[in-house]
Amino acid sequence: MNESTVLKIGRWLVVASALLAGPVFAQSNFAGVWNAGYFEDWPDRFPGPELGDYAGLPLNANDRMRAMSWSASILSLPDYQCRVHPADYANSFADIRMWHEINTDTQELVAIHLQHFAWQTQRTFWMDGRAHPPDYAEHTSMGFSTGEWVGNTLKVTTTHLKEGWLRRNGVARSDSATVTEHFIRHGNNLTWNVFVQDPKYLEEPFFRNRDYTLAETGSIGAYPCESVVEVLLPEHYFPHYLPGQNPFLIEYARNHHIPSEAAMGGAATMYPEYRKKMATLPQP
Amino acid sequence: MKKQVCAALWTMLCGVGCGGVVHAQQQNFDAVEVHSLKVRDDIYMLVGAGGNITMQIGDDGILLVDTQYAPLSQKILAEIRKISDKPIHYIINTHHHGDHTGGNVNLRAAGTTVTGGNVAGTIADSAVGALIIAHENVLNHLTAATGAQALPSSGWPTNTYFGEKKEMFYNGEGIEILHMPAAHTDGDSAVFFRRSDVISAGDVFVTTSYPVIDLANGGSYVGIVNALDRLVDIIIPVYGQDGGTLVIPGHGRLSNLGDVLNFREMVIVIRDRFREMIDKGMTLEQVKAAKATLDYDPVYGSTTGFWTTDRFIEAAYKSLSETPKDAQ
Repeated sequence: MNESTVLKIGRWLVVASALLAGPVFAQSNFAGVWNAGYFEDWPDRFPGPELGDYAGLPLNANDRMRAMSWSASILSLPDYQCRVHPADYANSFADIRMWHEINTDTQELVAIHLQHFAWQTQRTFWMDGRAHPPDYAEHTSMGFSTGEWVGNTLKVTTTHLKEGWLRRNGVARSDSATVTEHFIRHGNNLTWNVFVQDPKYLEEPFFRNRDYTLAETGSIGAYPCESVVEVLLPEHYFPHYLPGQNPFLIEYARNHHIPSEAAMGGAATMYPEYRKKMATLPQP
Repeated sequence: MKKQVCAALWTMLCGVGCGGVVHAQQQNFDAVEVHSLKVRDDIYMLVGAGGNITMQIGDDGILLVDTQYAPLSQKILAEIRKISDKPIHYIINTHHHGDHTGGNVNLRAAGTTVTGGNVAGTIADSAVGALIIAHENVLNHLTAATGAQALPSSGWPTNTYFGEKKEMFYNGEGIEILHMPAAHTDGDSAVFFRRSDVISAGDVFVTTSYPVIDLANGGSYVGIVNALDRLVDIIIPVYGQDGGTLVIPGHGRLSNLGDVLNFREMVIVIRDRFREMIDKGMTLEQVKAAKATLDYDPVYGSTTGFWTTDRFIEAAYKSLSETPKDAQ
């Protein structure tokens, strides 16, 4: 074997080893704009949930009381007008854009970013193995997320979330929640699963699922928001209903002929077996 | 006399964990670790046991807001020295409780007074120790305290203010020390670092418990509401309720507008519920039985420690019962 052949083999070995030992970021490529499919839970997502509809949510008694006190008038408060959807809810609202951040020197995947159309909030899923911050660090609407590959699935774990909501009618999710998400690509389709564990406001974990389609030439628009004073309000005021005085709580159950107890949710209302119990409950 | 005894007892109890809901017996300072969190370029939050410490650093030196407990001073100094070797020039106390002032003596002694300079050589101890600043009611409470819990005079604030606020300029930024009347106590200050856009709130805002209202030392429910509204007025978020002005609470995690609004929401909702029950003539026991805080208990409530949900309800009921409705 002459020197030239040895060099050629050596070069091939270098190239081959570089290809084989390349950074493990290529399990799935999520880059692009993904259009939300609104065939799932349409009433809950665009028109918005009805007042007093907590059915199918595993909320506990504490969270139920919180929800029953909630008044939609908070949306008129300047400090609340531009309040963004929390990370575990925002995906379900509209289209998203995702892109991968690569270290250009090492070609390693540093992070995957996700931007929501709604309020243009941005999330970062750190893929470089960094630890979550200490408990006393700031909590935000998007929280702090780390990602890992499980096969071709992107698994994301999020902590440091500020208090948010599971449904836009006052069902709160506490700031102690841990959110686990899975992003699964099937060709040009994307499935997003979110699993919310909240030791303070949920009896059991809450699960939500949404589907998206890749938009080859898609774009997401700007989402400016400016707070304005819409109504002159008294000082030291916050809109809410006192216990037993919310007149709207009965509407959902009455309009849909659902037992009031079922409308109030709880872990049992998530399961198919609950239908049998519903048949025995009085309707409003 | 009874009020004075109550106030002294409060100061003593708060000295072992006001807002941090811990008992003195449970406090093992040997096991406490002090950590720092960078908040902005020149601002850090130091956590250990007791109230959070805010530290501003710069070319001029170091300014501290509150000092936690005396047994932690060496650990606090060690953490400070990891970040800056400049002298500690100022200590600002947000109020007089021991979990915020306990380290005054040690940390003051570790610093120097800016005004020492050339005079120091001729006036015996003019450069010794950092300058301690607080509302004048902090000094009043600390000088009135007696017994083992009393703070030595070297830990008392020697630069006090009264009225709405005191202003100063240090490390290249304007600093507003804002009095929050009759809130957690009657001597509360929040410290606003204007260029850094950070507020050190003291115990008028905490993330770990219901608001701690020290009635015996001039605190009130209405004062807490007013203080929170004042904080909200100052805070400007980047977008929605995130970013922008950051708030270091008296106890708990680094916060932003959303956290303060959530806390304020709870305070106002519970005020309105209690107000209605008080108007109906319900007794304290009836109010407790009504479980009017059930929805917020998982987040802010406690059945153990210094500031239980029951103690909060008792203080809130008393304060709201004694305050005219039109003043709420």
